[in-house]
Amino acid sequence: MSEQATLSRRTLLKASALAGGGLVLTASIPMVARAATAAAGGPAEATLNAFVSIAPDNTITIVGKNPEIGQGIKTMLPMLIADELDADWNQVRVTQAESDAARFGPQLAGGSFATPMNWMPMRQVGAATRQMMLAAAAQRWGVDAKGLKTELGKVIEVSSGRSATYGELASDAAKLSPPDPATVTLKDPKAFHIIGRAIGGVDSPRVVKGEPIFGVDTQLPGMVYAAFERSHVFGAKLKSANLDAVKAEPGVIDAFVIEGNGNAEQLVDGVAILSNNWWLANKAREKLTIEWDNGPWGDHSSQRYDETARAAMASGKPQEPIVSHGDVDAAFASAAKVLDQEYFYPFLAHVPMEPQNCTALMHDDGAIEFWAPTQNPQAGQGSVAQMLGITPDKVRLHITRMGGGFGRRLTNDFMHQAAAIAQKVPGTPVQLIWSREDDVRSDFYRPAGWHRLRAAIDADGKLTGFDDHFVTFSLPGAGAYNPAAMAPDIFPAKYVPNLRYAQTQMETRVPMGALRAPSSNALAYVMQSFLDEVAVETGKDLPTLLLEMIDGREKEPDERGFMGVSPGFNPDRMRGVITKAMAMANWGKPVADGHALGFGFYFSHMGYFAEVVEASLSDRKQVQVHNVWAAGDVGSHIINPFGALNQVEGSIIDGIGQAMGLAVQIENGGAKQSNFHDYQLPRMPITPKIHTEFVITDNAPTGMGEPALPPVIPALTNALFKLTGKRVRSLPIDTKLFA
Amino acid sequence: MTDLIVNDRPVRFNMDPQTPLLWALRDAANLTGTKYGCGSGDCGACMVLIDGEALRSCLVTLAECEGRVVVTVEGLSRDRSHPVQQALVAEQAIQCGFCTPGIVMAAAALLRTNADPSEDQIKQAITNLCRCGVYPRLVRAIQRAGRVTRRAERISAAPAPGIDAKDAAAAVPAMRAD
Repeated sequence: MSEQATLSRRTLLKASALAGGGLVLTASIPMVARAATAAAGGPAEATLNAFVSIAPDNTITIVGKNPEIGQGIKTMLPMLIADELDADWNQVRVTQAESDAARFGPQLAGGSFATPMNWMPMRQVGAATRQMMLAAAAQRWGVDAKGLKTELGKVIEVSSGRSATYGELASDAAKLSPPDPATVTLKDPKAFHIIGRAIGGVDSPRVVKGEPIFGVDTQLPGMVYAAFERSHVFGAKLKSANLDAVKAEPGVIDAFVIEGNGNAEQLVDGVAILSNNWWLANKAREKLTIEWDNGPWGDHSSQRYDETARAAMASGKPQEPIVSHGDVDAAFASAAKVLDQEYFYPFLAHVPMEPQNCTALMHDDGAIEFWAPTQNPQAGQGSVAQMLGITPDKVRLHITRMGGGFGRRLTNDFMHQAAAIAQKVPGTPVQLIWSREDDVRSDFYRPAGWHRLRAAIDADGKLTGFDDHFVTFSLPGAGAYNPAAMAPDIFPAKYVPNLRYAQTQMETRVPMGALRAPSSNALAYVMQSFLDEVAVETGKDLPTLLLEMIDGREKEPDERGFMGVSPGFNPDRMRGVITKAMAMANWGKPVADGHALGFGFYFSHMGYFAEVVEASLSDRKQVQVHNVWAAGDVGSHIINPFGALNQVEGSIIDGIGQAMGLAVQIENGGAKQSNFHDYQLPRMPITPKIHTEFVITDNAPTGMGEPALPPVIPALTNALFKLTGKRVRSLPIDTKLFA
Repeated sequence: MTDLIVNDRPVRFNMDPQTPLLWALRDAANLTGTKYGCGSGDCGACMVLIDGEALRSCLVTLAECEGRVVVTVEGLSRDRSHPVQQALVAEQAIQCGFCTPGIVMAAAALLRTNADPSEDQIKQAITNLCRCGVYPRLVRAIQRAGRVTRRAERISAAPAPGIDAKDAAAAVPAMRAD
């Protein structure tokens, strides 16, 4: 196994740059830190470290440190601790951590990072806590800890059989100094009794009862609701607003202008309206008349971007190189056959089911407290502190459960808005809620993109040259993370002898951000579709072409990243999932009349997924997906099969939904779409049967939130080509192509 | 003023009668289980039972509820014991869970008229949006809830608040599932 993120006594996880949130992370998991014991009457709980407390009744409370967006992390991370602690899962209760880098280390829901970042540290926390229980028992009985073992929440003396529960030992253990996590002995994975078990979400019983656990369910004494009106034109500035007319509306407590700071990721210009019920606050927006200065952005449109991009691609002259090797021009000059095609994918919105919201309370001393559904709490604390001109320790943030994230909540604009509103009414808690229309029209969209792809095929049918002219957007003022960028190592970069990726950028003010499997959710479609074209041209199928391309190739070197060492791309793992998916789907065997199979493979977020889609067309030429077979390699353990399967199934339905009908169009400088009637998410009837299997390999476990999504889109479009002979080169799929 | 029955209790709402039931429940009655997802009747996150029928509470005004019986997800059962609640937990047909209350109500209404729905019937009846994509599990969960409704199966997946299912079963032998 490669080196991984691990804990040492002081600095446990150091991070420099994080792709996926545009933030810089330098944090540690100081497991020696003890949370203040929050015993409100009754026998005291013994707090053993920041993550584990044990009550005399033997209840073990484990803190889930990362934000829960439905990916199951609030269940999964505590499972790692509980297993190494040798707890009985039935005695475990899980609570949600506040945002606190000093106590909990990095807290982030994004990039499928939680598993690789926490696999070792959380196990070390559990193992160190277990060692404290052993030491406490050894001390109490006056024996050597070597003769003791643990089992389901008990320490047992092997020779005598006498035992003590963790609850009985906890208060003694709390007096001991915790061991250095780097020195504790971890379990032999064969002894795992929680890791690998399908365990239900710890909040699920509360979810089905409708208990108030989401951000928007926050209720505080004296709380008021806020609606926020902003321009539909991105980058517009507010000139004037008729606040008096709005203040006269029934139920309106107050209305005021919020002056933005020019950074859409923080605060844009707008008007806030406060009321005792959100419906009234939102309804009062109808009476608003705001004069906006659109600047140069009011006539931007998808159509204009498309015309500019098509002209750039036709010119054959990209602005700048991304990566280049071999002699691409020579490969094309000597080619027996050249493929030359343009691909397009649109802007996409995230639309998590819970619209953006945030509850904020400005205290009299200038400190601010949030109840925030954010995937990226620590970054939010930092940038709000900066905006308000206070130190980050004056920003307290309660992380709430979230009704989905998909990357939208990595950007904390709603926190800044709530802060700016709360600042105007100190002492009064404010709950800012966006309407669905606000959410769709004020997103950080998955960037649209255009690719002119060329392939050179020699007389022997070998792919000798590959050229991609990518047309994308420049993002003035964007942070370190550019969601519209294409990495130089995107497959097949290193697997074609003569290859060039180059780009042209267009200026825009359309806000962009990471959508589940950022960049991969678009590039898998483009690359795997075009490689399917190459395969068809050379008389092969796509998996055969892919296996030929990686034949004889070695694993790429590991890279040092923010989470320690991230393992290099491994062709063997790619081969493993490709051959597995082929076997699962009976690839190459006859299928039902009028049906066809399509293939897609992608490597993203450290995970390898190969997927096969079985599709047909209805009498009305509507796309029908019958089966999807998915083979994934995310390492040595599927920590919680419930969560992992849910992520694969959800990713596949997400990808099919994107391919079949999702696009945001820009018109007059803003988003044309506004709600679910014109941004139509997949519903039950389109759901295929999904068959998932994992290829278990001797690699550290990696995350599941994203890597199963990208390959399903090309697998679907490749199936439709097989079925109809028509190539889908523009998303979403336009069924007129098949008429 | 509007008088109606909410979760077995008579409630008088001193609000604009044009207020959508959704916001009356959430902001006035503190029943936040009913979720706002779109405000236009598309997503189904706000479904409640009104006189037994699953309706989108964002499209129903308080005035239209005068004298009617409203059941929200909080009132479907006192102890999470409704077969749909148990089955959704047992099948883990929950990811983020924000659409879940609406789906619970839609499925409860379906099973009331058809306790043995086919896959197609479920797909037609449950028009709710789930952004996370738990749809394949939802079919299984609702069919399983149907079996529980028909007394063909028992589930104890989501214990009543404060009570562990195992403890309950140990104390009351008749509750043991096996």
